[in-house]
Amino acid sequence: MRFLQQESSGIWRACNLFSALEGLALHEEYVLKKNHLIFLFVLACMALIQFTERGIYCPQADVYIDPWLPVDKALITHGHSDHARWGHRHYLCTHAARPVIEYRLGHIAVESVHWGEPVYIHGVRFSFHPAGHIPGSAQIRVEHKGEVWVISGDYKTAPDGLGEPFEPLTCHHFVTESTFGLPVYRWRSQSEIMQDINTWWQCNQAQGKTSVLIAYALGKAQRILSNLEPSIGPILTHGAVENINEVLRTQGLRLPPTQRVEAALNKHLWPQALVLAPPSALNTPWISRFKTASIGIASGWMALRGARRRRAADRGFVLSDHADWPGLQQAIAATGAEYVYVTHGYTDIFTQYLRQCGLQAQAVDTRFSGESLDVPEPETEAP
Amino acid sequence: MRAFAELFLQVDQTNKTNDKIDALAAFLTSAQHEDKLWAVALFCGRRPRRTVSTTLLRQWAAEAAGLPLWLFEDSYHIVGDLAETIALVLPPAKTLQEHSLRYWIDRMRSLEHADDLERKATVLEAWQSLDYSGRFIFNKLITGNWRVGISTKMVAKAIAKAYAIDQNVVLHRLSGQWSPDDLSFDQLILGQQASDDYSKPYPFCLAYPLEEAPCSLGAPTDWYAEYKWDGIRGQIIRRAGELYVWSRGEELVTEKYPEYEVLRTVLPDGTVLDGEIIAWRNEAPLPFAALQTRIGRKNVSKKQLQDTPVIFIAYDLLEYQGRDIRHLPFHQRRHWLEQLVAVAQAPCLLLSPRVPFLHWEALEALRLDAKAIGAEGLMLKKIDSTYKTGRKRGDWWKWKLPPLSVDAVLIYAQQGHGRRANLFTDFTFAVWRGEELVPFTKSYSGLTDEEFREVDAWIRRNTLERFGPVRAVRPELVFEIAFEGIQKSTRHKSGIALRFPRMLRWRKDKKATEANHLKDLLRLLGDECLEAGL
Repeated sequence: MRFLQQESSGIWRACNLFSALEGLALHEEYVLKKNHLIFLFVLACMALIQFTERGIYCPQADVYIDPWLPVDKALITHGHSDHARWGHRHYLCTHAARPVIEYRLGHIAVESVHWGEPVYIHGVRFSFHPAGHIPGSAQIRVEHKGEVWVISGDYKTAPDGLGEPFEPLTCHHFVTESTFGLPVYRWRSQSEIMQDINTWWQCNQAQGKTSVLIAYALGKAQRILSNLEPSIGPILTHGAVENINEVLRTQGLRLPPTQRVEAALNKHLWPQALVLAPPSALNTPWISRFKTASIGIASGWMALRGARRRRAADRGFVLSDHADWPGLQQAIAATGAEYVYVTHGYTDIFTQYLRQCGLQAQAVDTRFSGESLDVPEPETEAP
Repeated sequence: MRAFAELFLQVDQTNKTNDKIDALAAFLTSAQHEDKLWAVALFCGRRPRRTVSTTLLRQWAAEAAGLPLWLFEDSYHIVGDLAETIALVLPPAKTLQEHSLRYWIDRMRSLEHADDLERKATVLEAWQSLDYSGRFIFNKLITGNWRVGISTKMVAKAIAKAYAIDQNVVLHRLSGQWSPDDLSFDQLILGQQASDDYSKPYPFCLAYPLEEAPCSLGAPTDWYAEYKWDGIRGQIIRRAGELYVWSRGEELVTEKYPEYEVLRTVLPDGTVLDGEIIAWRNEAPLPFAALQTRIGRKNVSKKQLQDTPVIFIAYDLLEYQGRDIRHLPFHQRRHWLEQLVAVAQAPCLLLSPRVPFLHWEALEALRLDAKAIGAEGLMLKKIDSTYKTGRKRGDWWKWKLPPLSVDAVLIYAQQGHGRRANLFTDFTFAVWRGEELVPFTKSYSGLTDEEFREVDAWIRRNTLERFGPVRAVRPELVFEIAFEGIQKSTRHKSGIALRFPRMLRWRKDKKATEANHLKDLLRLLGDECLEAGL
């Protein structure tokens, strides 16, 4: 697919390849290859969106979406560090995502828009729509001359009671993640999982153990927080979680009262408390201060026994801010898109399955990481 | 089934041994009678015979979940556990039914002589009437592999706790051959039945590796040194006129080693020896690879008996004149052992020689000689120690020779299974042959979780090519690979095969060009052959 990245010669090269293949008319894979090439050819002609070494690019408007290398204009879906990176000259995001992005990246040139509000750049119409991933997270819709692309960033289809629920959009080209794009991932309902967490907390209390729950500092922690039963006991937080709580509270999100562990001097409270901490705190002295504790991890990866055992947690709670297998399938079907681009996750397997379902699917290389417990989310602020 | 599934979940959810034992003990005091012994049997690794092939299970599961077979297979590869994969992909059950664990085991075993249609009907019925954890257990019953982090010792502890019996007594009753079909829980654990079984071995006493200098052990006069032999651990039992040979995996292997038959006549009744089963010729051990040709065989050919004769090197006496003497001090047991071996005068029974030493420094030098006589290093045993059950720190130490090692370049990586699903942990390493890197070994172990994560992240950024699940990576990272032995091999491109290869450390200080050459390995191969007398 490299020729697609060389914009000027791309179409010419595609034509060349195409006619070269005509000579192989008797080759058994001819038809398959031809269809695939037509697909690439169409892509090269349209090229409203391209996948480049810097990120997802719209040449017509000269903007990037969630780029990983520094660019002039970046449209950002949400504040997770693999999507909102430091070093771009101009940022554009939703009002709802902005405070966290500013908090994490410091002094940046950022503008923001309302949900669904159109922004025209060189005649291309851009708009942001809820992705249901974390509060403020967006899918970006791109329209030009009747052609519609949707770049969904990270998303989940089930509502979580905290962020704006996922909005299905119809389009011709859909860019999707596949973090949990395997049929073994099927989420139970949030209310069941939250009930498990609350029960676990109460059992630990009865045994005089502190409940330490590991969750992403941005998004997952607040989702859990807003669904915990605060009457059970005090809720303590790691600094990385509390910093984000403060930003989101200022923005108007309603979260139950929390207290930083460092500020909660009364250690007698610890065995009663539930402590929310990010994955980076695992296996550090910060956690070992809770002498008798039960460690729980809230992540989609906890669906697999192997992953649970590898993390050596006492409890795994299967809770993810990414769509499960049925969610991904439903989301893709709802777009009505014929062309699907798979950016991260089980890209190869997922793409192969979509093709078998009759879609024109393509795995594309990006630097998005999805939900990961192995590469701790960097909590660094801008220099 | 629900109670057992619940137990499994509890045990699986914690990595604390005491919590597991508590859960097991609670189950044993409350479970249905018929399920207790099966639970114990399963956790001790005694699984019912497999009645449905996994190939069929996969096909039926993919079909029931409405997935193409390849997608099911790819998912299985990532999950790493077939029982779990099936339980995860199936749509939720239609109507839940509750039956005992025993019920499902019997249903499954009834399929042994059934045709595939009947098998399929039963399996589908189970899947449709069990919830996620029930299905998982049912699938585990069929596929066999439990791996739940429960050892026989933990089961014994739980039983000891639940019924207030001594743990070592329980362990002894759990050992040897028994099946839930032949006796009840009460007969096996609580009854007198146990002592009637003459074939029953004692649980083995195991040694810890010595990591500090031996002078940390105190006065040399308190210790007894002998060689550590590279065979398989075994127990020879002479009781009621019969001879039984057990290997460490609690497998009865009497028939595999007809050489020992003579011991039935020369050992007195009521004798149990602990020692090493080892291939031996011309008064020296043969390499472990030679013994391997015997391990898998039940019927031994004449030629094998000639080429790789097996002997028993005895190093402890557990039962003497029909009495369990494990509680007596080592020097006393050893004294009687020496007498027994001397009287027996059997060519297949040797006494493990004592390695005398006065100072720890002298012993250190002797350890390095171990290789020359074909041993792996030394064993240190406290002279007044009793014979313990299982691995206990303090009385028995193994002090092995440092392993062989080479520096090699990581060239291919594949994702692991199970505990390491989604992480690149299965590596192929290469050494130089001229300008070319030749793969010579695979290794999956030796790095910390932290290091595995770091290498995993590196692999994702440095993939050159993909061949299915295998990734060719930039040949840059160097690891020190340790191994216990090296042999010629026609199956490997490099012409050699290693024994127990593992990553000793990540040599971040080295560049790929500084890795070893194939000729370095061939030189080691030469040394090994010389020492083994080949």
